[in-house]
Amino acid sequence: MATKLKRMAPSTRSSFLTYGMVIAAYVVMQAMLSGGLLTSSLKGMLVPICAYVVMAVSLNLTVGIMGELSLGHAGFMSVGAFTAVIAAAALQNTVSNGPLRLVMSMAVGGVFAGLVSLIVVVPVLRLRGDYLAIVTLAFGEIIKNIINCVYVGMDGTGLHFSMKDAASLGMAADGKVLLQGPMGAVGIQKLSTLTAGFLLIMLTLAVVLNFIHSRAGRAVMALRDNRIAAESVGISPTRYKMMAFVTSAVLAGLAGGLYAMNFSSILAKKFDFNTSILILVFVVLGGMGNIRCSIIAAAALTVLPELLRQFADYRMLVYAIVLILVMIFTNNPAYKAFFARFRFRRKTAGKETA
Amino acid sequence: MTILSNLISGVSLGSIYAIIALGYTMVYGIAKMLNFAHGDVIMVGGYLCFCSTAYLGWHPLPSVLLAMVGCTVLGIVVERLAYKPLRSAPSLAVLITAIGVSYFLQNAALLLWGSDPKVFPTFFNFSGKSSWSLFGGQLNVSYVAAITVAACLVIMLALTAFTGHTKMGKAMRAVSEDKGAAQLMGIDVNFTISMTFAIGSGLAAVAGVLLCSSYPTLMPTTGSMPGIKAFTAAVFGGIGSIPGALLGGVLLGVIEIFARAYVSTQLSDAIVFAVLIVVLLVKPSGLLGKLVREKV
Repeated sequence: MATKLKRMAPSTRSSFLTYGMVIAAYVVMQAMLSGGLLTSSLKGMLVPICAYVVMAVSLNLTVGIMGELSLGHAGFMSVGAFTAVIAAAALQNTVSNGPLRLVMSMAVGGVFAGLVSLIVVVPVLRLRGDYLAIVTLAFGEIIKNIINCVYVGMDGTGLHFSMKDAASLGMAADGKVLLQGPMGAVGIQKLSTLTAGFLLIMLTLAVVLNFIHSRAGRAVMALRDNRIAAESVGISPTRYKMMAFVTSAVLAGLAGGLYAMNFSSILAKKFDFNTSILILVFVVLGGMGNIRCSIIAAAALTVLPELLRQFADYRMLVYAIVLILVMIFTNNPAYKAFFARFRFRRKTAGKETA
Repeated sequence: MTILSNLISGVSLGSIYAIIALGYTMVYGIAKMLNFAHGDVIMVGGYLCFCSTAYLGWHPLPSVLLAMVGCTVLGIVVERLAYKPLRSAPSLAVLITAIGVSYFLQNAALLLWGSDPKVFPTFFNFSGKSSWSLFGGQLNVSYVAAITVAACLVIMLALTAFTGHTKMGKAMRAVSEDKGAAQLMGIDVNFTISMTFAIGSGLAAVAGVLLCSSYPTLMPTTGSMPGIKAFTAAVFGGIGSIPGALLGGVLLGVIEIFARAYVSTQLSDAIVFAVLIVVLLVKPSGLLGKLVREKV
């Protein structure tokens, strides 16, 4: 086993370590869950943590691997969440199996998020840097505003859509309102489970890690490092950037579906600019392009406010201070040099730090 | 007449955005960072002004000055503590730090002043009236709107003169063009950056008071949405350009008010952002931004 590990390419070994870490975390969580060791508030956070991990990994594909700052990732999550909720309600009578319905509706969410990203990708291909960041922010806000105005209902004949109010849906007497504009989606069946979240993380990892180590992934990274050089050797920016961006959006849509079906009701406001920023924080704190660390950062930062509960009212204040201090300590050249000394010593001891 | 009155409120809202956008643009031009905490400095300015008038019973003028001084100091302190250690760090790290500062200010305000909205006092009330009646009462121009537009123009002119003709202003332009070369010419880069933050934050305080005078509810999150909009305005006009901030801000304000009045209240933000996207697709570096040619 040990020799086999040594013979593996470093990237493969690193990928296996990432999978192993997620599997181990899942086993521990399941054990703690069945042992009754988790507080109820932590139990309720398991599925959101899974969703945020998927969001962080998928955003890392855009920010870390593609090198473009996106401030509207929550928009795709939102599209995925609401389409998945509607799909789950529409499939209620035809598909009675809960997990199957969850998978199907999440897939619908992912597809719709992918479709929306096909529109967003147009400016992504044209703009760069801060201008691109502001456009993604704008798209996120537009998506939030539009969902805030949409009313969806369902009765015996099928789905009804309206942009005005619930009364104008024109439903039969047995109709049920699924999405109530600013009131959000209500009466959601809680289908999401920790296992579903775990499987989604594994799927995301498989997609993203294989993408990074594939021909397309290398092309995207080449475009990130030097666009002109990459183009001159025949790499098409349109094709590869689109591939990476749409993949990232579809994964965000899936995560949105998972997230929404963990709650009985959900608002469009939940997926605003602040959520996009939160996910970006996971990615940057974990290290751009570093998938494993963004998983750790997403899980740790989602639990952190919960762990800081003893600070009561001060907990978000402490969270902010922790965030600033971590950024300063990991990025200031003086502190970096200080930590690098330790790292050097470890490397000479014959250990791999990558 | 309704069109005219909408136009006036649009220009007035746009002037507020322009003043905030100036802070973004100046800091971006010099430190090459997006200061996401700028919106929250507005909120702090609003609260300082509110407290000094409502609790201490001060006259509006000194309380506005207090807000400006308070925000200027806040801007310098934040820059020293949070941004200066990261001068050579990647821009995303600085961005996340700015977000951390933004969370910090919002939550500090939440602890200090509570989450319930405060009603901002009316400052611009002369001889019992708060607006001019024109055309025999058909058109009402509130004093707040007029003062906002005037303040915006004065600030814009003063700032243009400052960056163009004073020693400090020239140093700022030099730093924004080439930090290393500016340092070699004997310019204190750190001091210049601190000054930029000071000016930007002082302007944010003015914007905060004007914003709260027009829309008199004050909450810890009051600054965040105008902050985002002003950032949008700065990019709209071409980030780094002072006239661009004015143009972007005013256009954004007018579009927002017109969209709210004639299309849909709920979709007004969506329309503003959609216009922005279209503009950026046609002019990828904003309306007045410099297009930097890429050299191989």
